[in-house]
Amino acid sequence: MSKPWWTPFLPLTIVAGVLGLVAVAARNPIRRELPDQAAVSPDDQTGIVLAADRLLSQLWHQAGVEPAVPADELAVLRRLSLALHGSIPSLEEMRLFEADSGPNRLERWTERLLADRRFADYFSVRLSRVYVGADDGQFILFRRDRFNNWLADQLQENRPYDQIVRDILSEQGLWTGMPATNFITAAAADGILDRNELAGRTVRAFLGQRIDCAQCHNHPFAEWKQSQFEGLAACFAQAQVSAVGIEDNPELTYEVDDTMTLEKRKVDPAVPFHAEWLPAEGTQRQRLAAWVTHPENRRFERATVNRVWGLLYSKPWIEPVDDMPYLETYSENDLLDLLGGDFREHGYDLKRLIGVITAMQAYRLSSAHPAWESGEQAEVVEKTWAAFPMSRLRPEQVIGSMIQAATLKTADRNSHLFLRTLRLLREIDFVKEYGDLGDNELTDRAGTIPQALLRMNGRFSREMSEANLANASGRISAMAPGTERCVELCFLVCLSRRPTAEEFAAFAPSLEGIPDNDRGTAVGDIFWSLFNSPEFSWNH
Amino acid sequence: MFHTPLTRRSVLQAAAGLGLSFAIPPLDLKAADDRGPQRKKSLITIWLSGGPSQLETWDPHPGTKIGGPTTAIDTTIPGVQIASHFPQTAAQLQHVSLIRSLVSKEGDHERGVYMLKTGYRPDVTTVHPALGSIAMHELPDAGIEIPKFIALGQQPFSSRGGYLGEQFDPYHIYEPGRNAQNLEAGVPAERQQRRLKQLEAVSQSFTRGRKLRVEQTLHQHTVEAALKMMSSDQLKAFQLEHETATVKAAYGDNSFARGCLVARRLVEQGVRAVEVSLEGFDAHADNFTAHEIRCKILDPALAMLIQELRERDLLQSTVVLVIGEFGRTPNINPLDGRDHWPTGFSCLLGGGGLQSGVVIGETDPTGEKKTPTDPIEVKDLFATILHTLGVDYTRELLTPIGRPMKLSEGHPIARLING
Repeated sequence: MSKPWWTPFLPLTIVAGVLGLVAVAARNPIRRELPDQAAVSPDDQTGIVLAADRLLSQLWHQAGVEPAVPADELAVLRRLSLALHGSIPSLEEMRLFEADSGPNRLERWTERLLADRRFADYFSVRLSRVYVGADDGQFILFRRDRFNNWLADQLQENRPYDQIVRDILSEQGLWTGMPATNFITAAAADGILDRNELAGRTVRAFLGQRIDCAQCHNHPFAEWKQSQFEGLAACFAQAQVSAVGIEDNPELTYEVDDTMTLEKRKVDPAVPFHAEWLPAEGTQRQRLAAWVTHPENRRFERATVNRVWGLLYSKPWIEPVDDMPYLETYSENDLLDLLGGDFREHGYDLKRLIGVITAMQAYRLSSAHPAWESGEQAEVVEKTWAAFPMSRLRPEQVIGSMIQAATLKTADRNSHLFLRTLRLLREIDFVKEYGDLGDNELTDRAGTIPQALLRMNGRFSREMSEANLANASGRISAMAPGTERCVELCFLVCLSRRPTAEEFAAFAPSLEGIPDNDRGTAVGDIFWSLFNSPEFSWNH
Repeated sequence: MFHTPLTRRSVLQAAAGLGLSFAIPPLDLKAADDRGPQRKKSLITIWLSGGPSQLETWDPHPGTKIGGPTTAIDTTIPGVQIASHFPQTAAQLQHVSLIRSLVSKEGDHERGVYMLKTGYRPDVTTVHPALGSIAMHELPDAGIEIPKFIALGQQPFSSRGGYLGEQFDPYHIYEPGRNAQNLEAGVPAERQQRRLKQLEAVSQSFTRGRKLRVEQTLHQHTVEAALKMMSSDQLKAFQLEHETATVKAAYGDNSFARGCLVARRLVEQGVRAVEVSLEGFDAHADNFTAHEIRCKILDPALAMLIQELRERDLLQSTVVLVIGEFGRTPNINPLDGRDHWPTGFSCLLGGGGLQSGVVIGETDPTGEKKTPTDPIEVKDLFATILHTLGVDYTRELLTPIGRPMKLSEGHPIARLING
């Protein structure tokens, strides 16, 4: 086998790379802007929450439906923990929550969840799937871990969302040192950046529109033309991979193969509408980023609200989440316009937006509704959000919840390293087996037989339910005084609620007549039953 | 605007009978024994993921500008040649047919897969069911305890039940030949009983006020189907211990070949639809090497599958379709690759009572004419397959938003239909 032609250049390349790194480090000292530290108190959001509540009330009134009764507060806490931290609340957290007797404890608890690093860590992963997809990409050029960590830092600081998006679209430098550039390198294949992918993803992720199919032909129903798609793709033409990372080379132009003439055709960067929002200065990517996040570009705020709504409810306000119809004029009777306007006016503050959506009446309704018994009006209830929509937990939420239920204390960054490592490894394995939803994570899906098999017989649920000295079932069986407390604790830990009288009657017999110090097997079986219930693996 | 497929469909079909009474009809022993044309039909799809080149498979043009280095060999259909990567398939070709003039409008992987798996172009308002899901939905239940639509191997875009529901999604076995995982309860029967009784109690209280919605989750259904499967004797259809070393070697020692052998075993057991996938056909660079490697895997496995189905008198009741999301360009790009080409690509199709030895369509050997002679639309291919499976392809089902949708909008290709 002969050596490749570039072998003699290898040492040189490495030296150049190191020099490049140093150069980049020198050029990009510390993050430029400081985070917007405007503190939000629940009082500030009362007005917008009321206005949004009014819109939904009108919707219910017009449709002639009654909203569901309010959900139990622990049930709402469970929803919030699942959406913001990716797992159910710990026994420790539920105890603290129940001990809090002050007013607005759910609002205050939401703030607390948002301030917890687990929010930044989890939400950044959910968002990054939107930006860079779920595929592995090319490891050398694409570092998902760096991108996620960077995004988590931005969320932790609560940096304005428009600034985050501008960085993602236009940042320069190495994908390791300037992790926002991974948005660009995620689209690299064989060292070539796929401009079509970048254009399609930009519009889907940030403007809630699908124009990918205009790559080959005009969009089947919307107003997207192939030429518009090419213009957007051309906005990424000058981005290139070099020794110092992603750069913008003003020499580069964009050419496409014309399918009619079979010849190369030069395409200039262009935006599909409102070219006047493009600033005169900056690289082509900076100009595109400014256009995407322009305050008058309502698509940006509407798409963001729809996406965040979707992440909180597991179901976007408008489906599909990235193919939204567009209304030319702003209407305060449109929920996305209403919430989007508030989001923009408050400096694109993601945490505020989450606070507003979760403080709405609709988010705190029960998932039970008479319509789900009789079938009458069931569709209207679903359409108008008159009951909290049930959705299947994502795989990492299922395993995250099992792991949380298996320990009584909160599993977070303060946890023992062993637990954190266990969580990470188990999560990766479990998600692989349970089936990742890939990019289409906000589509409504039922459970499958392989998942049922995995929950019932997989090593994960065995590990989490079988009692041992360290885990929750072991400690509950060893410490809970009496059968009643024992069953109650199992329910609280797994389902975030207490058992009903009927449930107690069904679960108690397995513990009857067994000495307290010999209940491990029985408690393990209770955990098994609760882990396998629909209530455990669905958000409700 | 508020499109929620799962919910609406299930509201319309609330009485799908998924409660605690989930019961599988008594095992029909004859299902596994029936042979010949009267046997209930099944479908095996061999999915060539990435878009196989028609020029390196069923429609070579050796010695032309577009042909590349690929040569051709004679087959058992007189006057018909295929790429010389397929000596064994060439010997079986008289038992199946070829279409060399498929046309589609989808040149993107995801959209192309959708088109070639469902017979419909992607539509934002609904998800159409894959061919295998339709077969599972429409064909009679052979009373089997293992899933009726099974996908073997890895592929980026899985088939889906679409508006028929997730219970019509395929059951995946990523490593064919290995048994499905997690089939052992691992506790004594007495403890398992206790666990299940407790599970029933906690499920019932959750159902209160959410009856229809909980039914739609199919949770109970999947748990019961999983329990049934755990104790089924039919699981041996997934295993290859019962096959001789000679047979296994003839298919090939690789995951795809094992998939083809498992597919034959599953069809014998009464499984309605099996998909076996082989990845790696997206050869934008180095197209010829990429195809050579994959065709060497495909040829013996496919030829053995056809031969064994014939020997066991199963070919008349089993449709075999070999296809990918599109073909590849006649033009060879500077990286020695071929790009996506949704007009004028090929598939191999046979069995299930279809005419054999037929070759439909021709592509231009110069590569200049984009549209092939005698173009066949994907929907017509689908109508043909559904028709021969005994499915009324014109039947309209209601999608989740209450839109009537035909199983196929095409018409069967007369030349492939017997009688």
